[in-house]
Amino acid sequence: MSYRFAHMLGIEPLSAEEIVFLLDQSKPFQEIQRHPLKKLATLRGKTVALAFFEPSTRTRISFATAASRLGADQMNLQAESSSLKKGESLLDTVRTLDAMKPDCIVIRHSSSGAPDFVARHLPLPVINAGDGTHEHPTQALLDALTIRDRRGTLENLNITILGDILHSRVARSNIHLLTKFGCRFTLCGPAMWLPRELECLGPAGTSIRRVTRIAEALEGADVVLTLRVQQERLHEPALPIDEYILQYQLTPERLRLARPDALVLHPGPMVRGLEIDPAVADGPQSCVLEQVTNGLAVRMALLFLMTGSGADAPPEKDFSHAAD
Amino acid sequence: MRPVRIVEKSQLMTATEIDRTVQRLAHEIVEKSGGTANLALIGVRRRGVPLANRIAQAMRGIDGVDVPVGTLDITLYRDDLSKVAAQPILQSSEIPFTVDDKDLVLVDDVLYTGRTIRAAMNGLFDLGRPKRVRLCVLIERGHRELPIEATFIGRSVQTSDAEIIEVRLNEIDREERVLLVERVS
Repeated sequence: MSYRFAHMLGIEPLSAEEIVFLLDQSKPFQEIQRHPLKKLATLRGKTVALAFFEPSTRTRISFATAASRLGADQMNLQAESSSLKKGESLLDTVRTLDAMKPDCIVIRHSSSGAPDFVARHLPLPVINAGDGTHEHPTQALLDALTIRDRRGTLENLNITILGDILHSRVARSNIHLLTKFGCRFTLCGPAMWLPRELECLGPAGTSIRRVTRIAEALEGADVVLTLRVQQERLHEPALPIDEYILQYQLTPERLRLARPDALVLHPGPMVRGLEIDPAVADGPQSCVLEQVTNGLAVRMALLFLMTGSGADAPPEKDFSHAAD
Repeated sequence: MRPVRIVEKSQLMTATEIDRTVQRLAHEIVEKSGGTANLALIGVRRRGVPLANRIAQAMRGIDGVDVPVGTLDITLYRDDLSKVAAQPILQSSEIPFTVDDKDLVLVDDVLYTGRTIRAAMNGLFDLGRPKRVRLCVLIERGHRELPIEATFIGRSVQTSDAEIIEVRLNEIDREERVLLVERVS
């Protein structure tokens, strides 16, 4: 069974079968990262526009490397140097990019829904590289690939997310993805970052609980997803950084409360000594660097599926999720 | 568009003939390679894979040596990717040895336009620099579009462009024969 994706705006509308298909299609690209010669010519002549309206290093480099390894060229738009600073609207900026005829556009934006908006107005595939507090689909896919590789399955796992869940699109995309496979979630952090509406995510019958005590949250966890704590947000309703470290840092002692084979994931950038203890970050349970390598594989698979095969062929059965 | 019918015209090989041909091909490869040292087989997905495994097994009987066998998926190297309507499903290539300085034999079921083999060679060269690459096919049917020929051929068949050769192998198709069929519209 194969699926087509007109856009990749979020995990929420995808089916479990489509997700499994995407992960399976990422496998051959994982292997390519181990080849002596990593460059393919599969997307030669194609252009991927990278429109990053919000500063990003790792996701942008990952998409750019994925495009390069497939042989595609790139157009780069970065927030710091963009004409947005000069007052140009989002739509005018992406229309300008579109006029240079890319085959696909990858968008990172601080506003939730910006990629959906662009997908409604441009006639080309849009990939969401993170929008506001909405979704970061490729991060959730690479996390799922990492978990599936290590555990052999995505089904019925206990997942604990630590940190600022309120502001995290990574948390939302991961919840959307893994609840489709029956995973149970425990969200843990200061109460101000655990709004009740998070319990409504996922299909009916999904178990999502909010917990403020880390010991309770880690008990029985198969996967611990540690989020970055943005220090600029730590002053909000006054939680001093020392207090956060004391209560929520993932330390080796705390990790022992989880299952002995529990995996530790972090989407990066990771601040050692803040949300995570260096001994955990570098420990055998940490998957942090695998996540980065898998990110390339997942993004190559998406670019291949959305701009490579069948791009010039007449459409047949359409499994895509249109923007509107 | 009118539905396309596929009509079976004749059977080109029975199960016994396939087996005998595989045995002969194994002998030929060993003979022309001066033994199996440094030799490795690469099966092209999908039906080149069981064929490569069978040839390797036959070689075990001849030389008592295990010839390494790898599997190559050529999807990423196809030259018609953007034109095919049916989304090809990517599969992994599994080549558990270095191809550097190896004496490689690519194995496929049918040699037709030569484009698959062109793609396979591109894939191989991304993995290293083999000493030599030769091609072994069960059926050769003419109509080449590229300057590619097989070193080891099970059987050459004259065909028209409308005809299709269907190699059916137990491992994939749960039956064992080679058919000549025709597309009738």
